[in-house]
Amino acid sequence: MNDITNQSLDEIIKKIKSKEISSVELTKLFIKNIENAKKLNTFVTTAFEQALDNAKKFDDNPNFDQLLPGIPLAVKDLFCTSNIRTTAGSNILNNFVPTYESTVTKNLWDNGAFLLGKLNCDEFAMGSSNETSHFGNVINPVGDKLVPGGSSGGSSSALAADLTPATIGTDTGGSIRQPASFTGTVGLKPTYGLCSRWGIVAFASSLDQAGPMTKTVTDCSLMLEAMSGFDEKDSTSIKKEKEKYSKNLKDNIKGLKIGIPKEYRVNNMPKEIDKLWENGKKILKDLGAKIIDISLPHTKYALPTYYIVAPAEASSNLARYDGVRYGHRSKKGKDLIEMYENTRSEGFGDEVKRRILIGTYVLSSGYYDAYYLKAQKVRQLIKKDFDDNFTKVDAILTPSTPSSAFKIGEKTDNPVSMYLNDIFTVPANLAGLPAIAFPAGLDNKGYPLGLQLIGKVLDEQKILNIAYAFEKNCKFNNEIKKWWV
Amino acid sequence: MVGMSKDKFDYFIKGDKDNYEVIIGLEVHAQVLSKSKLFSGSSTKFGGEPNKQVSLIDSAFPGMLPVINEECVKQAVRTGLGLNAKINNYSVFDRKNYFYADLPQGYQISQYKNPIVGEGKVLLDMPYGSKQIGIERLHLEQDAGKSIHDLDPSNTYVDLNRSGIALMEIVSKPDLRSPDEVNAYIKKLRSIMRYLGTCDGNMQEGSLRADVNVSVRKIGDKKFGTRCEIKNVNSIKFMQMAIEYEAARQVELLESGKQIDQETRLFDTKKNETRSMRSKEDAHDYRYFPDPDLLPLKLEPSLVDDLKKSLPELPDKKKERFIKDYGLNIYEANVLVSEKEISNYYEEVAKISDKKLTATWMMGDLFAMLNEKNLNISESPISAKDFAELIQSIKSGEISGRIAKEVFEIMVESGDNPKKIIESKGMKQQSDPKELEKLINEILKKDKGKVDQYKAGKEKLFGFFVGQVMKASGGKANPQLTNEILKKFLKK
Amino acid sequence: MVIDKEKIIHVSKLARISLDKKKSEALAKDLSSIFKFIEQLNELNTDKIEPLSSILNEPLRSRQDLISDGKIRDKVLKNSPKKNEEFFVVPKVIE
Repeated sequence: MNDITNQSLDEIIKKIKSKEISSVELTKLFIKNIENAKKLNTFVTTAFEQALDNAKKFDDNPNFDQLLPGIPLAVKDLFCTSNIRTTAGSNILNNFVPTYESTVTKNLWDNGAFLLGKLNCDEFAMGSSNETSHFGNVINPVGDKLVPGGSSGGSSSALAADLTPATIGTDTGGSIRQPASFTGTVGLKPTYGLCSRWGIVAFASSLDQAGPMTKTVTDCSLMLEAMSGFDEKDSTSIKKEKEKYSKNLKDNIKGLKIGIPKEYRVNNMPKEIDKLWENGKKILKDLGAKIIDISLPHTKYALPTYYIVAPAEASSNLARYDGVRYGHRSKKGKDLIEMYENTRSEGFGDEVKRRILIGTYVLSSGYYDAYYLKAQKVRQLIKKDFDDNFTKVDAILTPSTPSSAFKIGEKTDNPVSMYLNDIFTVPANLAGLPAIAFPAGLDNKGYPLGLQLIGKVLDEQKILNIAYAFEKNCKFNNEIKKWWV
Repeated sequence: MVGMSKDKFDYFIKGDKDNYEVIIGLEVHAQVLSKSKLFSGSSTKFGGEPNKQVSLIDSAFPGMLPVINEECVKQAVRTGLGLNAKINNYSVFDRKNYFYADLPQGYQISQYKNPIVGEGKVLLDMPYGSKQIGIERLHLEQDAGKSIHDLDPSNTYVDLNRSGIALMEIVSKPDLRSPDEVNAYIKKLRSIMRYLGTCDGNMQEGSLRADVNVSVRKIGDKKFGTRCEIKNVNSIKFMQMAIEYEAARQVELLESGKQIDQETRLFDTKKNETRSMRSKEDAHDYRYFPDPDLLPLKLEPSLVDDLKKSLPELPDKKKERFIKDYGLNIYEANVLVSEKEISNYYEEVAKISDKKLTATWMMGDLFAMLNEKNLNISESPISAKDFAELIQSIKSGEISGRIAKEVFEIMVESGDNPKKIIESKGMKQQSDPKELEKLINEILKKDKGKVDQYKAGKEKLFGFFVGQVMKASGGKANPQLTNEILKKFLKK
Repeated sequence: MVIDKEKIIHVSKLARISLDKKKSEALAKDLSSIFKFIEQLNELNTDKIEPLSSILNEPLRSRQDLISDGKIRDKVLKNSPKKNEEFFVVPKVIE
């Protein structure tokens, strides 16, 4: 049996359908990879037994018409999975076993996939390097001392290291796209409301979106098709017909107008990022797209806005972790209030505490108008920037991160420098727009770099098509040597 | 029910130096009548086993999201319309953040800046005239669960059955001036909501509770004094007691030159006093912000119009109609419209019987009986149909008022219909002149001496003869006819 | 704005997170630099701007008034660190 774990999801599905490999064989190959990759610390919880059971069930009674026939998948540990521990990377949920399944994972399983395990992430998805997880750092397979990005760092690392054929993450300010770029993979944050948030541990409700993380754009379209869809249990889910992203994927982008926002050329941007961007423009132009210079004047305020809105919502979303109904409860404290204070102090890590305090502060009496309300006004301006420009262009091309993967510990002492990692990804969250990050080259150290396409509301198909065309014409090779084995 | 005879408002607190006026505003929490909760599909039924009406949403598990119950929205709109209030076509759900064991989310979903219902008004009929109480707003919010402190000496138990049930918070303007007005206001609100079917108003089950804001000021002062909020009082009696205690406490402070602290207080029903609730003080910064799990609530104008059209007749309108169509006085009309069920009963009887006589009998014997048996009108042992028959029998002269009282008693005991009782017990009034003449003739013959005295001028004896006739007829002699015949015979 | 230790302590009380002295000081330093960063927003005049009320331009969907949930006490209590057969159990609350 050939090791096909380094192939794309699309290729693997073909081999399952042609019965070149069974689901059980496939699952065993991934399990072997996972067991050999403990050094990367990507998995918080594995579900091997259950996965093999499901694989066998598939092989006994296969349905090849499904989108993801007999495919084992590991998912970010922010998705609640029935009877499988779900931690959100936090000590406060260390022992939490949901009795319910998130809508997005259920959609995957309904399309023929099954759970392989739960992937490490920044605590409550708050981080850009996966260094805030209670379960330790995740290593980027690209290099021993490198972070995999965050918060979906376990997902990006596991994908790049062939520990899962595809995966899903959540993206509140770049948590899918930034780790995808750090590992040379594809990540898409859908339009706000395209994927149900039901059953996903909430970070910032008005920004959170689940999305696919894959090796290729084709895989991305396939996963998005499987996971998305209207959910009546989520009041912010968009009611619309399901789209066939994979079937409709095409590489003809002639005549499409691509906007290049001048504000994304930030101070101190490394030359190689600039070069990457220029090269991206050239590739799209050569494919027949029109390149148009645009302006998104409020871009520089996106990150400060984000660091008010997201912590404010988080401070409230995380109030339910009080040790009463589930999760960690402190043994210290003589009354209810002390029990709360100790539980939350022991249960949350430093970054989560920082953000809860920021959020509590900006909402507190006397400060609401100056911070929270102000931020919601600026958010309006940021959204308007996009609305104005999307009358002129079909999509917007930007770099996805201001640098390649950095070293573990490099930015942990300075929260603001860590936050700056999300400078290019945050605007799409604030405006609720779809955005895809895809690999576009390597820097001079040989680390992957990515570009980002931001689309109009519900225009996922178009940005997938552009990325698909780009992928076909960009000679990007992300061969990763399996040094950890 | 109104029953006071005062015709001038006179509720003031006398201090040593000055007289004070009491200013009261109420925040009434009324449980919305709906099958399921505001944001989840769990049952709202009262009295279920602990934690058996709890979904993962009500217990705030990770990743759970609220979806609003359309009926609760309609109920709030109906109530708003019933309070003559402005319906806001755009309203927003906010999170009110605080920690408590029975608040699983760590926040209550409520409406802060943009409530679903704006200003309205309620009319009270006080003995000193009618008084209008302003409504500031009405908003929808979630109820909390219940902490039980007395089942275990060292622990508190938490039951989340109530968690997430829809409440309407109805905030009055500080227009109330006495415990009596509070009594009338709560009863009026309750009556309106029961007419509308939006809240059952059951105070024992906690469906209606109030936070009471109390302040005092010297008579003549324009500025309000510092107010205290007495939390979560669940009966009218306790509200009245709390107000009296609190107003006296505040006056005492002012008279001794002390300041009143604006604070949240608790009414201790055992000691009959209010005391400071320190535990709530440090958690007072609620950090309201729009709930990002929900979108703004936009009401279609057509929905509001439809609800308006389907609104039942409300007590104020019904009262006017009762006065106009049935010739009742204000007092009677007020009593008979106070509860929808009472007014229905009345109309059912009155449409086929004498209007005025029905009112008299309902407010007299029927209510006295219900009161004594501690029943409400829908549990009355006498159906409206039977009651109507009774009234008709009185009106037609078939039975006398005195006999009617006996028939009424038997109806209550046996549940039988009045016709049957009158027949079987031979209680029909004796109205045949020939029969009566025969009877009277015999009586007069027997007491010839008294007849002579009467004829000699002792006219007081007339009553004696009537009594004898009644005695002999077992009370069944038609009084009017008896009078006529007696007069005729005694003239001879 | 400089966030001092007192403010940190006040906010941590509101957020029900106990902090020791060292942590309060570290957080005061972190938050001061973060607030300096977010206060860039003050450069913008937003007096005439409406705050964003929702990123979605959709009406709020509602559900029918049906009893479709509840009756899952075992599931609801299952993960609780302290419970009995019927209730969640917490340290005594003094009102």
